[in-house]
Amino acid sequence: MEIKHTALAGTLESSDIQFTLSKGTGVEINLDSQVEKQFGKQIKKVITDLLSEYGIENVNVRAVDKGALDCTIKARLIAAIQRATDTQNQPNWEVLG
Amino acid sequence: MERLRRTMMFVPGNNPAMIKDAGIYGADSIMFDLEDSVSLTEKDTARMLVFEALQNVDYGNSELVVRINGLDTDMGRADIFAMVKAGVEVIRLPKTETPEDVIETEKVIAEAEKFFGIENGRTHMMAAIESAEGVLNAPLIAKASDRLIGIALGAEDYVTMMKTHRYPDGAELSFARNMILHGARAAGIAAFDTVYSDVDNTEGFNHEVEIIHELGFDGKSVINPRQIPLVNAIYAPSEKEIRNAKDVLNAIEEAHKKGSGVISLRGKMVDKPVVARAQRTMALAKASHLVDEEGNLYAE
Repeated sequence: MEIKHTALAGTLESSDIQFTLSKGTGVEINLDSQVEKQFGKQIKKVITDLLSEYGIENVNVRAVDKGALDCTIKARLIAAIQRATDTQNQPNWEVLG
Repeated sequence: MERLRRTMMFVPGNNPAMIKDAGIYGADSIMFDLEDSVSLTEKDTARMLVFEALQNVDYGNSELVVRINGLDTDMGRADIFAMVKAGVEVIRLPKTETPEDVIETEKVIAEAEKFFGIENGRTHMMAAIESAEGVLNAPLIAKASDRLIGIALGAEDYVTMMKTHRYPDGAELSFARNMILHGARAAGIAAFDTVYSDVDNTEGFNHEVEIIHELGFDGKSVINPRQIPLVNAIYAPSEKEIRNAKDVLNAIEEAHKKGSGVISLRGKMVDKPVVARAQRTMALAKASHLVDEEGNLYAE
């Protein structure tokens, strides 16, 4: 799946995470989190797993985390992917299952 | 035993902090909102947030409800598919005007269940009534689908349409409340009252809860966790009511043991409605932590 354009999802409120996805070469993740020392690896794993399920191989991911749960990270990244690929109203049920 | 639904707490569908904490306040039902509390530009992100939360966050025994966008918008269908897939217990229709609104939504829910290989009928529904037409159609709406667990009054749009506004005595809602309550009872489903948005006015809130409790509503929609204990306190039975209910249930048990058909307690006949009331009183007493599992008062 290809990123068509830059897209943003999420906010900078507490318990949220904001993703900005843009076209790139390979997968590059830039994570800014107050809990990066403790949870950075886990957050990046949630991101890379989901990108791989969507078959996205070329993307720049900018993530600003404000203490989001794993399910919030997933929800915000799915929303950002749907926006970047213009599929908001055609969810990929195979991935979401 | 019928489920208690004293409080239905509204949680905006695009607020991760509130979604994360929604289960800790003891609401009987939690209603995640994808409709009016979510801006038009964030409908897609809210849908995914609630979709993930429903599958991953532990909300204890609370009943999980999602208010979707109407099928007359381009979000309604996608909302239904996502919520059915996430396993929500109840889908709440906004602005229900006619029984056809319920039937149309039910069709899409059934389609989603079939698409995902989910048992037909697993997803329940409730309908919010927010207009003059909806109020007049309340009895028909309440019987429009076997999936309906309840109907609710949404007063803000209703009072605007009726060219009035909210008053402390609730006279402006009297007809709507009674229509919805009778519609619900005739169909054998629950009736929920509208929200009270002045969260700092405890006195006004309590007064409104007393009114709807007396009328017979199952419970009230709440927009702030602080309102939950207030509703529960008004719905909690008194010690006298609990003792009486326990005596009724004991008398029934005794009579069943003896094989006696007609039951009397202190010279009064105990018939089916009396037993049903006693059972509801004991359920409320248990939910209010006033009695133990056997129905004995903790205070004793």
